[in-house]
Amino acid sequence: MLITCPYCGPRDVIEFTYQGDGNRERPQPASQNLDAWNAYVYDRLNPAGDHNEIWQHSGGCRSHLRVVRNTVTHEILSTSFARGGHKTESRS
Amino acid sequence: MAEYSAFSLLKNALTGNKDWKPAWRKPDPKASYDVIVIGGGGHGLSTAYYLAKEHGITNVAVLEKGWLGSGNVGRNTTAVRSNYLLPQNTRFYEHSMKLWENLSHDLNYNVMFSQRGCLNLAHTPAQLDDYARRGNAMRHLGVDAELWGVGRIKRLVPALDVSGSARFPVLGGLMQPRAGTARHDAVAWGYARGADRRGVDIIENCEVTGFLRDGDRITGVTTTRGEIRARKVALAVAGSTGHVMQLAGISHMPIESHVLQAFVSESLKPIVDTVLTFGMGHFYISQSDKGGLVYGGDLDGYNSYAQRGSLPIVDEVMSEMLALFPGLARVRMLRSWGGLCDMTMDGSPIITTGPLPGMYLNCGWCYGGFKATPASGWCFAYTIAKDEPHEFNAPFTLDRFYRGLIIDDKGQGANPRLH
Repeated sequence: MLITCPYCGPRDVIEFTYQGDGNRERPQPASQNLDAWNAYVYDRLNPAGDHNEIWQHSGGCRSHLRVVRNTVTHEILSTSFARGGHKTESRS
Repeated sequence: MAEYSAFSLLKNALTGNKDWKPAWRKPDPKASYDVIVIGGGGHGLSTAYYLAKEHGITNVAVLEKGWLGSGNVGRNTTAVRSNYLLPQNTRFYEHSMKLWENLSHDLNYNVMFSQRGCLNLAHTPAQLDDYARRGNAMRHLGVDAELWGVGRIKRLVPALDVSGSARFPVLGGLMQPRAGTARHDAVAWGYARGADRRGVDIIENCEVTGFLRDGDRITGVTTTRGEIRARKVALAVAGSTGHVMQLAGISHMPIESHVLQAFVSESLKPIVDTVLTFGMGHFYISQSDKGGLVYGGDLDGYNSYAQRGSLPIVDEVMSEMLALFPGLARVRMLRSWGGLCDMTMDGSPIITTGPLPGMYLNCGWCYGGFKATPASGWCFAYTIAKDEPHEFNAPFTLDRFYRGLIIDDKGQGANPRLH
């Protein structure tokens, strides 16, 4: 499997570290919403098909990447910078 | 009377083997059943078997999308053990071990259960201490465990490199003598035949495409062979759990599906007379009765439903094998394949009622599904029949993650690819 890092270009998968489901929302650190924390820590979207996930190019530029990959064919549909890793709640 | 016996073998040998009955029928699905079990793998078939045998519930259909046993029950490395640290796991897997010990007689089908032991190698003093602790935890619950020194290990597995110059010198190991291997296809076939003979319909090539509902309640399934209704619908779909739960409208689960590869070498004379695990990586090896070395390592490490793996793990597994057995460097690999592991957030399984009314869930087997096959079906059948868990599977709920009751034997946290 080759992942195209937006900075380094196409690189072998062994250069990357998998960080899983990219749809999870991390509550603000002070949040006391237990359901939101539980969902962030334990719940995963686990589709047979296109999967939005976070990878880090740990053996290269160390950028965090958002990768859309098909879990049945392993085809990579898009790669972009993740901009801070997992999604965070908007500050209000 | 036993269908398979020395007498029936002799009789059929003399009459040209024409009188054997098919091991299970090929029925068309009926319009409704008391219980539908989704998934014709080891766990689904053993569930159906124990529903019929232990609870007298025989109006049961097992729905399998491919052919019987085409998933993980025929893809694993066949190891059977109960060497866990935490009591919830130990009690469950030890119950499984006891069912294994009588399984061939119970099914009248030779599953070739061979108690050749399982030896976890330790390579650091801390690891040896940890194994002593786990061994004591096992013995405390009545499970056999022995801490072995290097000399004894060398006598059991002479081909193993136990020299001080090994990349990771062996300092000792934790042996469970009652552990071993079984012939995985025979397990599927034996349970299938036992369930079929008690009236269970095993329906192959029947993929579930959706659920029939009355409000929240699950009342049946739509399949590629039509609608089938049931009072109770039980899921035993292992690596496809995420996908099938999405069909029921549940998008998020504490599960990721990962691919795990396994390998078989060309046949050799007996060289590994036990199930051996490497302590400085993730590698396990045994030898089949045909002589092939059966071995595997880590997950590929990313979500996958592909049932095939990639080359970096092949390279890693071979390196680990050679760290233990430098003498196997020129042995050729015959086959490799992949299976889907339903990895939970704590590495322990889920056998429970719900999460929807009319639904029962059996999943989260991580690496450990094959050895669990008898107890998984036994406990799941109890849960389906009584609408409450048996004490052996009571800890394996779905909501344990949200109630602070996780069962994390390896202490890895909510990172499924590390369990």
